[in-house]
Amino acid sequence: MTITPVENQTPGFVAAAAAASGAFFGLFIGTSQGSGLLGILIGAAIMAALGFALTAMLSKEKPIRWLLIAAFAVAGYGTGGLPAALLGGAAGWFAGWFIFWLATSRYRAHLAPYLTSGQVLWHYAFRVICGAIFTFLITPILVVMPLSFNAQDFFTFTPEMLRFDPAGYSLKHYRDFFGNQAWQDALWNSIRIAPMATVLSVTFGTLAAIGLSQPHVPFRRAIMAILISPMIVPLIISAAGMYFFYSRIGLQGTYMGVVMAHAALGIPFVIITVTATLVGFDRSLTRAAANMGADPVTTFFRVQMPLILPGVVSGGLFAFITSFDEVVVVMFVGSAGQKTLPWQMFIGLREQLSPTILAVATILVGISVLLLATLELLRRRSERLRGMSPG
Amino acid sequence: MKLTKLSALVASTALCAPMAMAQDMADELTIVSWGGSYSASQKNAYHDPYTAMTGVKIINDESSAEAVAKLRAMNEAGNVTWDVVDVVASDAMRLCDEGLAEEIDHDADLAPAPDGTPASEDFGDLLVSECFVPQIVYSTTFGYRTDLVGDTPPTSVCAIFDLDAYPGKRSLQKRPIDNMEWALYCDGVAKDEIYDVLSTPEGVKRGLDKLGTIKDNVVWWSAGAETPQLLADGEVVMGSTYNGRLFSAIAEQNQPIAMLWDMQSFDLDGWIIPTGLSPERKARAMDYLRFATDTQRLADQAKYISYGPARASSAPLVGKHAELGIDMAPHMPTDPANATNVHIYDYEWWADNRDDLNAKFQAWLAK
Repeated sequence: MTITPVENQTPGFVAAAAAASGAFFGLFIGTSQGSGLLGILIGAAIMAALGFALTAMLSKEKPIRWLLIAAFAVAGYGTGGLPAALLGGAAGWFAGWFIFWLATSRYRAHLAPYLTSGQVLWHYAFRVICGAIFTFLITPILVVMPLSFNAQDFFTFTPEMLRFDPAGYSLKHYRDFFGNQAWQDALWNSIRIAPMATVLSVTFGTLAAIGLSQPHVPFRRAIMAILISPMIVPLIISAAGMYFFYSRIGLQGTYMGVVMAHAALGIPFVIITVTATLVGFDRSLTRAAANMGADPVTTFFRVQMPLILPGVVSGGLFAFITSFDEVVVVMFVGSAGQKTLPWQMFIGLREQLSPTILAVATILVGISVLLLATLELLRRRSERLRGMSPG
Repeated sequence: MKLTKLSALVASTALCAPMAMAQDMADELTIVSWGGSYSASQKNAYHDPYTAMTGVKIINDESSAEAVAKLRAMNEAGNVTWDVVDVVASDAMRLCDEGLAEEIDHDADLAPAPDGTPASEDFGDLLVSECFVPQIVYSTTFGYRTDLVGDTPPTSVCAIFDLDAYPGKRSLQKRPIDNMEWALYCDGVAKDEIYDVLSTPEGVKRGLDKLGTIKDNVVWWSAGAETPQLLADGEVVMGSTYNGRLFSAIAEQNQPIAMLWDMQSFDLDGWIIPTGLSPERKARAMDYLRFATDTQRLADQAKYISYGPARASSAPLVGKHAELGIDMAPHMPTDPANATNVHIYDYEWWADNRDDLNAKFQAWLAK
């Protein structure tokens, strides 16, 4: 086993590693400017040169890093104004930090000294890959947010917006959402439909999961498969089937029809999460409760329910989100009187690309984040109260 | 003096007539249309006045794009939930052939022009089907970015195929209709021979080959809002869409876009009433139809969107834009200055060849 000490690196190594990072970022900037290849070359060249030069000046790290930030920011300002200056500043900060981090072997400081260079490389490559995946998942959602404050009626970053000119921004799409009858009706419909569908799915789903976890129920697997099928069958097929069935029995185009359709879609989520929590449920507790004179209903509410509550709540959350986000089934089963928010957004995307959709999306993302954060806080609190975690 | 009294009397009887019959009519109407600024113009010109006059509640459903499929499904399920449906003429013809739309006696069911001309004469040639009441004449035409075409803005539709003079992407609708005609026209086929050429396999190949010269530079759209968005982004240099969309991008949103009216393709949009309605609902739908397609109402709609009213008697009444106060007449596809070279799209030819050509077009797209 070799021990690698933390010591300064050769200029050649720093230049090569810095060039690789320069090529990576150059690819994106180059592609957005028309030529990915040119971007890779220029990025690699700049970073290699900097890496080579800065390795000789390790003693003056602080002033050099500030200088780099300033130089990159000025270069950015020269090419693209204020936003490019900010981007340039960030790039300058990264270049300075990365090169000195490499040159002084700081990257090894926190790792076990016996790791080979290959293991160290993988350690950081893994983090870069995870970061890239995270970025690609989250960026499309973040891009929508500034666009929703667009002063124009298009999905476009206008020159005013890119200059951070206040005239390029406005709240008019939010005003449109709150002032427009069609959007308000849709919001109201969603608020009326989703909780009702959630209540139904949670009730039936929990009861079904408890029933199906009893060993003496015949055909458990077959029943389970049927109850879960709405999640597996393509939505459009369920939707078409429901449309013809509900039409015949007079439920098509009614509030109850949409609620029932959404409840059917939500039940599988509740069944799956509740079944999972029931696996850890100790059945002798119900027998103990019965032994002490509690009837099955009391046992359920006082003993079983509190223990499987996390599964019920997360299943309910999935059921709520399913109903709140659903667009295919409601377009079949509902009529224009049950137009929900996703339906209204779908129409908006097809017929008129109005940034009001983006304003609604931003509001919904905000609500989802709040909802999940609240849930997580409540979960931690209950864990603490029950002494399951030290925090 | 006498005349004003008389017209007031006529107006008040006209207003009272629907009220007197209100008992045996439904008090709710579901009207299906295209959404966006088009539905908004109908709401302003037709729905709001009708609700004010009768108290009927109007529900808007923006499902015209899939109207044919949905009406078939509703009919099969025996549960028709729509009362009045806005469709393009070719869809109306299909629905009429399949018995999904009510036949309409244009002279008896629709209001005559103010001078007494019967409706069938007032609409004239635009009555392309006995189930269809035309509402507007619109066109599919091109808009281009004024700042991306240099000093020589395009004046001919063939600029679409001229990658040397106008480099960059263009957006075209993802369907063979219009695109094939434009391709053949720009390949040197005389306008009146386009459909003869297109009826032969060689003609189809010739059209697709011409489109093939720009295939790598085309963004294909399927919703009318896409081209205005692409133009506003500068993603495309020019693109086809409905003329009303371009008008709203140019006049209402001040985008650097201009119209290219050459070889604009006229089409009709209007109302049908689905079959299978209960007598009360059908009576209400017919009452609405009579109101919404009279001379004044059609002219009113043109205040909100730049589509030409389908009645000849409405044309002189077209005024200024309701908010911008600009004259609407020069923005109509039917304005003589815009209609110097128009493409009349042949409904019957396309009704016979649509499925076949569509399959060839989609296969060509996928290649």
